[in-house]
Amino acid sequence: MEKALLIREDGTRVDGRKPDELRPFRMEVGVLENADGSAYIEMGKTKIYAAVYGPKEAHPRHIAQPHRAILQCRYHMATFSVSERKAPGMTRREHELSKVIREALESVLFLEEYPRSMIEVFVEVIQADAGTRTAGLTAASLALADAGIPMADLVAGVAVGKVAGRLVLDLSEEEDKNCEADLPVGMAPSINSIVLLQLNGRLTREEFSEAMRMAKKGIEVLYEAQKKALQKRFAAYGEVTD
Amino acid sequence: MSVFRLGEKPYPTQILQRKLYELLLQGRRIDGRGLLQHRPVSVELNVVEKAEGSAMVTLGKTRVVAGVKYDLGSPYPDTPDKGNLTVNAELLPLASRTFEPGPPDENAIELSRFVDRCIRESQALRLDQLVYVPGQKVGVVYVDVYVLDFDGDYFAPAVLAATAALASARVQRYEVQNGVVTKVAGERVPLPLVKLPTAAMIGILRDKVIVDPTALEEPALDASIVIGWGTDDELAAIQKDSPGLIPESLLDEMIEVSRNVTVRLRRTLMDRLRDVWRPAEDVSVGSQSQA
Repeated sequence: MEKALLIREDGTRVDGRKPDELRPFRMEVGVLENADGSAYIEMGKTKIYAAVYGPKEAHPRHIAQPHRAILQCRYHMATFSVSERKAPGMTRREHELSKVIREALESVLFLEEYPRSMIEVFVEVIQADAGTRTAGLTAASLALADAGIPMADLVAGVAVGKVAGRLVLDLSEEEDKNCEADLPVGMAPSINSIVLLQLNGRLTREEFSEAMRMAKKGIEVLYEAQKKALQKRFAAYGEVTD
Repeated sequence: MSVFRLGEKPYPTQILQRKLYELLLQGRRIDGRGLLQHRPVSVELNVVEKAEGSAMVTLGKTRVVAGVKYDLGSPYPDTPDKGNLTVNAELLPLASRTFEPGPPDENAIELSRFVDRCIRESQALRLDQLVYVPGQKVGVVYVDVYVLDFDGDYFAPAVLAATAALASARVQRYEVQNGVVTKVAGERVPLPLVKLPTAAMIGILRDKVIVDPTALEEPALDASIVIGWGTDDELAAIQKDSPGLIPESLLDEMIEVSRNVTVRLRRTLMDRLRDVWRPAEDVSVGSQSQA
């Protein structure tokens, strides 16, 4: 099987991007009627909705914690979101990603403000074209802000990959399929902290450090866009003037 | 960060955190270890004769057993030129009062997927050498990991046990003649394992980095990650496995510490595997015996 040329001679990528360039993206807050908070994100062809319900009474009641709210998270991909139809239920991958996204969000939420209650986060991937866990995290953070849940910082995420021996920011699916390493990173930029970190693939220490620097640069761009998306949402209420 | 009550633990855990941190400031742990010292490790090979390969690993009071089974099967449609690797892990209810019977929960799934990534992503197992008839008949390697006794950090011993079981496995040899795959009676061969992946769990409490937390320490940590290395110089897998903030300023130190620990574990394992495993590049389970 012949591999596509992923890095061109001039150093640009298969879709024309520079190594440290994000895909075109779009974020919108308050996109669902029923949820207490919601957001939509597009990163290239990846399209994701996130919704938050709560804080509300913990159900079933025995899972309630006396000193804080519990956070539940479901990351799920639509059957038609990928080329080959995906089975509708939760795969092992989806269980794992639900866990890492939940723990990333838990890192910044003031759950102690809501003892005995529960907050639910739902991440639905409508179309998957790589980077869904990090885009899902970025959207979920916006949905939590939209729901008015107090948090120490917004979180945003992006993946850095190693493709044809080169580190590149925000892998597309074509790159993801043929990459040597994939490093999804989630950060809370204002408090200089990492909230999500995974690695699949081979990297040296030096490459890892460089990849983290690239991720941070990308995350800072997404973070500014998140703040703008929230301002736009609340400007609609007359709470913020542009 | 002390201005807000972010990630505030229940009161008893806060008392423990204070105690542990006081000790860390003196360079000590609650069980007497140094900050960057892992608990004593032992690796016992071939504990299950009916498995093609097996290993029992203890890390302090945490104990994990891994077994390897081998079979013939069809390749996945997207990898017709590769054998299959299937890793499963279970947190057995006999290992801890907090583990429950039933289908694998998210923690067990996370463990399976982490062990899988350490082996697969490091390219330790040459799956391309497990092909008998391309697109039709390939070797299927099952690695099953069971946590038997839990006292914190099941990731490191699980990876160690899986690697040891793979390295010491001896599987049925097959011969291919005119596209027909047949068993070679009585002949067993090693698996094409070319690297020894190992992993370490690294925790942080405020500005202190520790290795291999016990079950007592784990809930008191601010955050933890597990880091797998395929070789002394190449990362293979990372998983931030619990909530909490990791200050960017500590990450480099955590990676460096994990490297030192995994190098040490790899040396221990090599020593243990002296008679059964060599880092050869050209081992084969029989596909090259094609007539």
